[in-house]
Amino acid sequence: MSEPIKTDVLIIGAGPVGLFAVFELGLLDMKTHLVDILDKIGGQCAELYPEKPIYDIPALPKVSAQGLVDALMEQIKPFGPTFHLNEMVTAVERIGDPLFRITTDAGKIFEAKVVVIGAGGGSFQPKRPPIPGIEAYEAQSVHYAVRKMDQFKGKKLLVVGGGDSALDWTLNLAPLASHLTLVHRRAEFRAAPDSVNKMMKLVEEKKIALVLGQVSGLEGAGGKLSAAVVKGNDGAAVNIACDAMLPFFGLTMKLGPVANWGIKLQDELIPVDTEKFETSVPGIFAIGDINTYPGKLKLILSGFHEAALMAQKAHRYVYPDKKLTFQYTTSSTSLQKKLGVN
Amino acid sequence: MAKITYIDSTGASRTAEGDTGATVMEIAIRNNIPGIEAECGGACACATCHVYVDEAWRAKTGEPSPMEEDMLDFGHDVRPNSRLSCQIKITPELDGLVVTTPERQA
Repeated sequence: MSEPIKTDVLIIGAGPVGLFAVFELGLLDMKTHLVDILDKIGGQCAELYPEKPIYDIPALPKVSAQGLVDALMEQIKPFGPTFHLNEMVTAVERIGDPLFRITTDAGKIFEAKVVVIGAGGGSFQPKRPPIPGIEAYEAQSVHYAVRKMDQFKGKKLLVVGGGDSALDWTLNLAPLASHLTLVHRRAEFRAAPDSVNKMMKLVEEKKIALVLGQVSGLEGAGGKLSAAVVKGNDGAAVNIACDAMLPFFGLTMKLGPVANWGIKLQDELIPVDTEKFETSVPGIFAIGDINTYPGKLKLILSGFHEAALMAQKAHRYVYPDKKLTFQYTTSSTSLQKKLGVN
Repeated sequence: MAKITYIDSTGASRTAEGDTGATVMEIAIRNNIPGIEAECGGACACATCHVYVDEAWRAKTGEPSPMEEDMLDFGHDVRPNSRLSCQIKITPELDGLVVTTPERQA
């Protein structure tokens, strides 16, 4: 087991609200580490709608979602947060008063005095395609991610989708599989043109098959897939024999492991008070879209406000003996020093 | 104002009214029309407001943009008249528009 990473505050979720929490905590001398399941910083803003303009951030009449993330990164730079991307927090255990041990799916362990859940709509996870009966095959034959390529050696594979994941795995698994069929709805692909060209070359060389259509049903027994029914764009259905199917239908948000940390939940959200935004577990806070309280508005600006108030209470946990004096960044020389402007 | 008729996969029909400039998705959500989920809230970032546009109206609603086509890849039983209802903005000439919701959303 690796040595735990010690920090004042562990923030789960690197969306806009998690990022601003770094700022508010930083002004009060608390060090932060952030864990996010995505491979990039910015949460939904970066993953779902980076180019979309946002019009309701105070003092920013119009800003793209990615622009907002970039500006927040600039703002929190003085506090040097550490990011752990592509990782999901799987467990949070209380081991002190308060002290938490946090474990990620990559096997990393943190010890933090305070945990802040800023997980938005939950963790991004692969989307289950709307194929009737697909659940029955998920344990054995349907895979939403490739952990070990070897498990597909000599298998008849069906890859479904037209984005980068579908194309990348088509190219990587084609040499291993006994037979590979790529199924996509249309002749246009979202994937990088280079991958599309490489895939088309494999089709020309008859190393893989490309079928345009949509998977409308699955056949098999006891959780083992034997064929997929593909409805072609001409309306005719064909059966394609396969041992395994790899559907790549993008990401969706699920609450995920938060449900197992002993925190009180309400309709898939975390109830908090409106003074400190603390959960039912002292020392664990929830800010942004994932929390709920009377009058809650799921706005980024609400999350910013919640981050500021949360930081005040977090300070009492991290520095129980220090008195906190309220200061303004416009006039406080000590805050300006932390920001590196004085 | 325009009247939009939503027919669900069982054939039940509901009509709602909305202002010019609103989207077919927004009108459905405001009027509690079942069969449209709109998980992403209208950002063209999911495919859970998928509808089939009545053939008689296809010319007036137009074709999906490339970004919308990309998202339709995630839909269930996508057909030539498939659209994401968050991408159809109401204009006066769409008064009377008829759309059908699919058996399931993505």
